[in-house]
Amino acid sequence: MIENADQIFVILLHWLVGLVPEPWRPWLSYLLIIAAIMGVFGGLFAAATIAERKILGRIQNRYGPNRIKMFGIKTFGLIQPIADGIKMLIKEDIVPHAADKVVHYLAPIVLTTPIWMTFAVLPMGRNMTALDMDAGILFYFAMGSATELAVFMAGWSSHNKYSLLGSMRAIAQMISYEVPLVLSTIPVLMLAGTLSLTRVVDAQGGYLLGGFIPHWFILTPWGFAGCIIFLLAAMAESNRSPFDLPEGESEIIAGYLTEYSGFKYALFFLGEYVGMLAVSAMLVTLFLGGWHAPMKALEFIPSWIWFFGKTICVILLYIWSRATFPRIRLDQLLTFSWKFLVPLALANLVVAAVWHFTNGWATPLWASVRWLLCLFLIAVPFVLLGRSLDNKKQSPRLYHYAE
Amino acid sequence: MLGLGIIQGLIETGRNFVGSYFKPERLTTVQYPEERAKSFEASRTIPMLVYDGEDPNKGLRCTACTICEQECPPKCIYIVKDTVKKPDYLGKMQMQPKIFDIDISVCMGCGICAEVCPFESIKMDQVFELSTNDRFGSLLLHKHQLAKSNSYFNKICPTQAAEIDANRAADVHKAELKAKADAEAKAKAAAAATTNAAAGVAAAAAATVAAPKPAPAPAAAAPVSKPASAPVQQAKPTPSTPASPTPSADKKP
Amino acid sequence: MTLQDSHNGQMKGDSTPFEGSKTRFIPSKAPEYATDLEGDLLEVSMGPHHPSTHGVFRMNVVLDGETIVKLKPYFGYLHRNHEKIAESNSYLSAIPYTDRLDYICGLTNNWSYVVAMEKLLGLQVPERAEYLRVIVGELTRLFNHACLAGFLLQDMGASGTPLMYAFREREYILDLFESLTGSRMMCNYMRFGGVRCDAPAGWIEQAKSVVSKFPKFLEEFEALITGNEIVRSRTQGVGVLSKELAINAGITGPMLRACGVDYDLRKVDKYSIYDRFQFRVPLGEHGDTFDRYMIRILEMHETLKILEAALRDIPAGPIIDPKAKLRNIRPKVGEAYGRTEVPKGELGFYVISNGGATPYRFRIRPPSLINLTILEDLCVGHPIQDVVLILGSVDIVLGEVDR
Repeated sequence: MIENADQIFVILLHWLVGLVPEPWRPWLSYLLIIAAIMGVFGGLFAAATIAERKILGRIQNRYGPNRIKMFGIKTFGLIQPIADGIKMLIKEDIVPHAADKVVHYLAPIVLTTPIWMTFAVLPMGRNMTALDMDAGILFYFAMGSATELAVFMAGWSSHNKYSLLGSMRAIAQMISYEVPLVLSTIPVLMLAGTLSLTRVVDAQGGYLLGGFIPHWFILTPWGFAGCIIFLLAAMAESNRSPFDLPEGESEIIAGYLTEYSGFKYALFFLGEYVGMLAVSAMLVTLFLGGWHAPMKALEFIPSWIWFFGKTICVILLYIWSRATFPRIRLDQLLTFSWKFLVPLALANLVVAAVWHFTNGWATPLWASVRWLLCLFLIAVPFVLLGRSLDNKKQSPRLYHYAE
Repeated sequence: MLGLGIIQGLIETGRNFVGSYFKPERLTTVQYPEERAKSFEASRTIPMLVYDGEDPNKGLRCTACTICEQECPPKCIYIVKDTVKKPDYLGKMQMQPKIFDIDISVCMGCGICAEVCPFESIKMDQVFELSTNDRFGSLLLHKHQLAKSNSYFNKICPTQAAEIDANRAADVHKAELKAKADAEAKAKAAAAATTNAAAGVAAAAAATVAAPKPAPAPAAAAPVSKPASAPVQQAKPTPSTPASPTPSADKKP
Repeated sequence: MTLQDSHNGQMKGDSTPFEGSKTRFIPSKAPEYATDLEGDLLEVSMGPHHPSTHGVFRMNVVLDGETIVKLKPYFGYLHRNHEKIAESNSYLSAIPYTDRLDYICGLTNNWSYVVAMEKLLGLQVPERAEYLRVIVGELTRLFNHACLAGFLLQDMGASGTPLMYAFREREYILDLFESLTGSRMMCNYMRFGGVRCDAPAGWIEQAKSVVSKFPKFLEEFEALITGNEIVRSRTQGVGVLSKELAINAGITGPMLRACGVDYDLRKVDKYSIYDRFQFRVPLGEHGDTFDRYMIRILEMHETLKILEAALRDIPAGPIIDPKAKLRNIRPKVGEAYGRTEVPKGELGFYVISNGGATPYRFRIRPPSLINLTILEDLCVGHPIQDVVLILGSVDIVLGEVDR
């Protein structure tokens, strides 16, 4: 029974595919998987937009959107994405006269297409990976990086100084944060011994201490540091606050999005949010144990519920940090990436190696020594690098009063 | 740069998020138009003209003195005086406005007109839902739109309206007492006088004093026009003749 | 090359912009252009329509990459002929117009004008009126500084959260103003020789409760902002103003005190009854944006002390000088300059009377305008993202700059 609930989508897929004759089966299978992914993640995108607005509202001591009614029934604003979608579709599509029309048209398409492709390699439940590649993670990062070109296409083709400024900033930011993003995943790959995401998730199965503590990589010193680095780099990659310089609303209005309206703007918006979903899913896969349950006792809940639940928690963390932090400046952003995250990620590699080679220290005494040693080895670079980022002007300030 | 301030900031916003579900001061939105924020007695938006009683034409307190028109900073009041006069609450004949227009698209809502009005006639209203469909036409309010009853004024500004009503009632009472005293003095003077003209005038004055309850106008006109008047002078003019105290001095025997 | 050409969207490679301008702007520190790379300078108009310029304000900036090389402010988009109107109307009618100068702090603007007129008319303000003036003036200072902190964070990109908190507190104070004066912002409350109306029953108690809740809000606000590393790194060292330049340029208010100059009109002029209250004047050291922000926070703490003392000691009595008139005010021939310490600096009114019913000359010394004259000196050499922050820390309101 539990087995069936867990595998329900797989069973459904097999049954539907079995209904058609042999030559059509692979085609139908791929079509169904694509439709399912686009449907589920499209729905999550809509839910993420309304969740963001309502949560941001509550943090700011106000309601979010709450007036929309369907057939006269109050819905507390939860079907707002439908209204937003209709609004975007019926808006006039304005293309500037001096813009490069072909590139202007292609930019949103080039943005959204690779993002959807990244979902193909993510394991969304037990036996629920669309394409189980041997080098899944490489495919993921390749697709993710392809979106950066679209940002530059948008800024250049708009023929607008603000857009150009915005897209140049975006390129600088995205390229700088690719490096810590990839570097922070290397310890995971080292210790799981594989590039395939399904096997990375399998390596996080099992429990310690009698079924209470899972084997998730975040619960190790190098995994924790790696998760934080990955989270920060992922925020920067998807242009979320505090790293949303390319769309720095208060300085350059909307950056590379200034000249887009109507459905093209909606596509950019969609690309950004779906990208956010994709990196959250990757974070869950690499560090938070994928579709595994946190305790043995909770394994009756289906695996895909765990996967989506954890992804939603990471999205909530994104929304929370957007509400709290101001934007950082471009040179500080680049300094943060190259002088803090990259050295820390490299130090993390060393810690992961130490962890791997001390695997034999299993007795309680030696296990705690192992923990403390690895913690020390990651905390010292963290503190040193953090101190080095303070400049002299940030020394504690004393204010005196006039006599 | 160790990230501690960042964690503190996250805790702060998290506290606001959780608190917004439990504490009213963390969720301060007023859901307009189902609820409205409360307005206070002193609130002011645009002016209104107060009238006593039920009929705005008869009870309008405004005497078209045009002080508010002169003092208004953006000059949004337009008054044209009427040729017909009407009695005020003390019975004295006062002028009245034929046209009293306020352009509320110009009006600043400063309340200076209400401050300088000597007749407690123009006061500040509290309505704020003033949008109209046509561009500027409906924003020019005329006398019948500006006139609001004294009971409405009591509802929106209880203490101020109660004070004004008490003062007016005291004025009426004082005028009645004065009229009675005048009548007694007049009767004494009439009794003491010997000429027929004096007796006839006293009889006429006594008749006019006895009949209508609103006290003779000249007694009430005293605060407005400051005549250095003796009571004898004021018994002469009857309410039917539209005369001010100054010309009546010429008619003194 | 004129400014019109540059606004066609083409970037012309002219190395001396602003050729058509009549005044020669020589910034105090103009960096050398990179002559070996043959780069072009980008001229952008951070135009009247901008989310962060605190009103309709325009700045033409010349950028070398992202660094500012020249900056020229243009204002006058909100000019409303205040001085001419006041010279055509009676003295009393000018009071509602002064509300609309710095439209956020209406009451303190009234105060400056009535101080000037009381010198001309020779009126004595009774005790209770002085206390009421101090109470409403300091409440105004409280919410002005809170809103400034909120707006500064909004410009930094904090998506409105601190702004909403500041506005939540402001609402309580605006309720107080509405029950006292009749209007939330355009209060029109002070008259020559006193104030217009007395506090209704229960107002003092309500004011005391609002003041007693304010320190808790300040604590939460500071926890959110002051310790935040992002805020610190974006504001410290940015827009440094030296003491000499500040004094020479006539800067007043918190901007001057952040440079370390001890000049607060409440202590220098001792106008009204300020010499009865114990409060200190905070002084900064570095004169950068962070200092300007912190000085305002510290001033809020001092203001709370003044408010507690004033609300405790307010006596009963008349609220206006018996000799004061409302209509037909004709001062003797003469001139007077009245100034007070409004939240933005020194607001001065210079009134010349020729014995008639309207002033002969009515001149306003707006603190925002005078504080704005050194904007170029503050901004040159900084990236464009800092311009918005520096402008926010100068704390301008366009109603005052343009009158």
